[in-house]
Amino acid sequence: MMPPLNLVTQLLHVLAAGLLMISFSMLAQRRTRRLIVLLAWQGVVLTASTLLVAVTAHLQHLYYSAALTLIEKVWLMPWILLRLMRRLGIEGDSDPLVNIPTLMLVGLGLVIFAFGLAQPISSLATTVTRQTLGIAMAVILLAFLMMIARHKAVTQVIGFLAMENGLFFAATSTTYGMPMVVELGIALDLLVGVFIFGIFFFQIREQFDSLDLHQLEALKED
Amino acid sequence: MELAWVLGTPLFGAIVLAVFGARRSAAELNVVISLATLIAAAALVLRIIGQGSMTVAHEQFFVDPFNVFLIALTALIGFTTAVFSRPYMRIEQDHGRLNAHRLRLYHSMYQLFMAAMLVALSTNNMGLLWVAMEAATLSTVLLVSLYRTRASIEAAWKYFILCGVGIALALFGTILLYFAAERLLGGEGMRALLWTHLNAVKGQLDPTVIGLAFVFLLVGYGTKVGLAPLHNWLPDAHAEGPTPVSAVLSGLLLNVAMYAVVRCKILAVGAMHSALPGRMLMAFGLFSTVLAAFLLWRQRDIKRLFGYSSIEHMGIITFAFGMGGPLANFAALLHMTVHSLTKSAIFFAAGHASQIAGTQRIDGIRGLLTVSPTVGWGLMLGSLAILGTPPFGVFTSEYMVLITAMRDHPWATPLLLVALAVAFAAIFFKVQPMVFGETDAQRLPHPPALVPVFVHLSIVLMLGLYIPPALAQWYRLAASLIG
Amino acid sequence: MNALALVSQLGGVVLAVALAPLLAGWVAQCRAWLQSRSAPSLLLPYRTLRKLFRKDAALATQASPLFRAAPYAVFGAMATAAAIIPSVTTDLPLARVADAIALVGLFATARVFIALAAMDIGTVFGSMGARREMMIGFLAEPALLMVLFNAFLMFGSTALPTIVKGTLDADGLTLHPSLAFAGVAFVMVLLAENARIPIDNPGTHLEVTMIHESMVLEYSARHLALIEWASWLKLFNYACIGFTLFVPWGIAPRTAGPLGLLLAIVWLLAKLAVAGAVLAVIETVSAKLRIFRAPEFLSMAFLLAVLGLLVHLLLQS
Repeated sequence: MMPPLNLVTQLLHVLAAGLLMISFSMLAQRRTRRLIVLLAWQGVVLTASTLLVAVTAHLQHLYYSAALTLIEKVWLMPWILLRLMRRLGIEGDSDPLVNIPTLMLVGLGLVIFAFGLAQPISSLATTVTRQTLGIAMAVILLAFLMMIARHKAVTQVIGFLAMENGLFFAATSTTYGMPMVVELGIALDLLVGVFIFGIFFFQIREQFDSLDLHQLEALKED
Repeated sequence: MELAWVLGTPLFGAIVLAVFGARRSAAELNVVISLATLIAAAALVLRIIGQGSMTVAHEQFFVDPFNVFLIALTALIGFTTAVFSRPYMRIEQDHGRLNAHRLRLYHSMYQLFMAAMLVALSTNNMGLLWVAMEAATLSTVLLVSLYRTRASIEAAWKYFILCGVGIALALFGTILLYFAAERLLGGEGMRALLWTHLNAVKGQLDPTVIGLAFVFLLVGYGTKVGLAPLHNWLPDAHAEGPTPVSAVLSGLLLNVAMYAVVRCKILAVGAMHSALPGRMLMAFGLFSTVLAAFLLWRQRDIKRLFGYSSIEHMGIITFAFGMGGPLANFAALLHMTVHSLTKSAIFFAAGHASQIAGTQRIDGIRGLLTVSPTVGWGLMLGSLAILGTPPFGVFTSEYMVLITAMRDHPWATPLLLVALAVAFAAIFFKVQPMVFGETDAQRLPHPPALVPVFVHLSIVLMLGLYIPPALAQWYRLAASLIG
Repeated sequence: MNALALVSQLGGVVLAVALAPLLAGWVAQCRAWLQSRSAPSLLLPYRTLRKLFRKDAALATQASPLFRAAPYAVFGAMATAAAIIPSVTTDLPLARVADAIALVGLFATARVFIALAAMDIGTVFGSMGARREMMIGFLAEPALLMVLFNAFLMFGSTALPTIVKGTLDADGLTLHPSLAFAGVAFVMVLLAENARIPIDNPGTHLEVTMIHESMVLEYSARHLALIEWASWLKLFNYACIGFTLFVPWGIAPRTAGPLGLLLAIVWLLAKLAVAGAVLAVIETVSAKLRIFRAPEFLSMAFLLAVLGLLVHLLLQS
């Protein structure tokens, strides 16, 4: 039987579970547009959980974090990605060659692995969110899996951003977030990264006439 | 104050070159800015020699003998590469591979890259270290794809994605580190991320968390070091980017990533009270060395060849840091120095060699001595130096690594020896026909700037024959800091 | 065992059997509204049953006794299942005999009978439908069990009344993230098991896509009536399982008097109305999957349920 938990902790757990569920839907989603929408939803859940932690723990800097997340991850990044897709004319793109059941099973294995890994660490933490570290790790690993399994440039970038979401969640759940300077630096790097990704999309398209990364296999060990 | 100059000069240079980088004189401006950085770094070195370690700007930056040595090395190679890139990029422009617009990007990003590396080296904040490493990656990604060919875009994409994932893992490691430290040092005022504070309490950090954090940090930063099996990006990025970028990637970025790994290892060893972190470094290092040595045989592209050679040497350095102890650390630091100098010299020579031949394929490059004796000799001597032929400094450091390995870990010695022998044979057989032999290639339109090559090689030669006592003392100090 | 318990036990079964066609009619009506068709009467299923019972049964010449017995067996299994599920009250004497795992077994029994009967005649459609049905069942049952395990783990019991009591007795609202996973998985299983749209389409007779319909093609009159009634009852049962696991509020506790039971029936009707509408919405917005995608759909359900278990173990440890 479980110990009684207060409402905030329960809400956080629900949000964390939602994050995990979104990660799995991303793994199973073939259409790129919907992937971006899911990414934005992940941002929404992150914002909500950060705000909740900020209110509970009375931490000023987490409010800024939440605002930053809302702007960057819910609005800016998906907007840039969708715009890019429209400019590149690949709005209806999908990744048909994905064996989803196998991917899901591997993902399940990763979740178990992540939970096992997180267990000893969670027991040391003192934050209200400590138990969600396992979920954060699972989200990171699932995003990693998505990057490995997908072969479209855009999908890989989405995987990359989902991984960053997981990292952010890990930071809030174990330590109430990193110091503000570091967080700003990370956000800036991420933003620049997305811009460079955008530049790349155009470069790749110009040279390869496609954003399918199967074509990027000329450089092999030889 | 000196540190502000060291960091501020390239940052300012990046902004200036972003504006004026398209002009014909931008290359000279690039050299001047790099020289200014070098002078500032020299002043910083003198200050540290005089006063010992220091922290500045609310402890956000921290300079000790270990990193000031790398700062000086970075500034030096940054300067010589800028000198080299002036005629090199001009030739590329004449060949029509680049236009003024791309050159502006190149010059500006070059300085930004230098600034990011110098911040990474001098920061005391593990979070800022991460940010700076990521910034260094981002600034070089567009440089690797500067030529906008299929191969270069592929290489840059691979570089971006692989290093991006690696660096994300490193961020997770940093988060865990912060988590472990926050319990001891408190979350306010960011002391829990400052390396000096972490180092002071490392014995009390929770070993489980730090162990896990170290794994993530090692894999993350190790990707940037080019440790196998995460090395795939390295040969591609080296082969497809412009040669000055290959030179700074190999000579500097790998060192900076190595520096990050070593900083983390110091904490991990302190917290875990065990040799496990060292063992992990040794395993990664040895595996990279052996794998790269055998892969050298299969290379047909001159810059890829030396890219793999970089993996091999970073493997040796990682192995040496893994063994630990004053002698191995001394050897590793020396090897970092001589490898950076030699490898950048080789890339300079190889860059000109492929410009002369009009191809990077080893089969296509022949008879360099007849066309341009300086390029030919530069490549030959550089290759001999990197292979550890006796009078050069690489021999000294590899010898020290080997005898330490023989004393402490005899099982590893035969593996290392085999790897070195294989690498020697592979590179020697490939370089020899390129330097000698017949050719009908033409001379280059601009005289190649090979002064940097011979400056680097003579420093390496000097380090092989005689290490000045001041320098040796300094290495010893740094080696003892690493522990 | 008091008299009231006996009454409520019997009454529960009668209620389920009586209400099941109504639920089917309600879902059909909602779907029609959502698709802007003129809706069939709410009572259409009852009229269908009346019509079918009045007809004379036609049997294939080579039909074995099994073929004739199967409708009764299927209907019986579903009615028994209704006796175990606490839809109105938790005070069910029979529920102590069989737990939720036995419930899954009952559904499986029904499935086996209907599949055997479909193959009995030896027509192409029958055996094709049977094969498909078995494939779906083979994937859906583990998923359903996993969903149930989520609840079992939470309350330490495999009996449905205990689970209901556990939720109702908890002071204050307790949010269980694992139940969110299990809930989604359950809806997916429900859709697959009841021949609903992403997997099967109850409203079509297209040869290549149908599953349930192709199995019962050879039945007529009272046999067909029983089979159809049983399948409506199955939907009703599934809905009630869903209520017990996820929204048990309104189910009368053991101590409730006759008035409490009456109130619980009202609650049940309200919940059924909502569930039927939601089902209709799901069916309207989703497109039918190709049969080869069904394993993917069900493995997702299985996976979500397992994830729910894992999340429970992580968060509540």
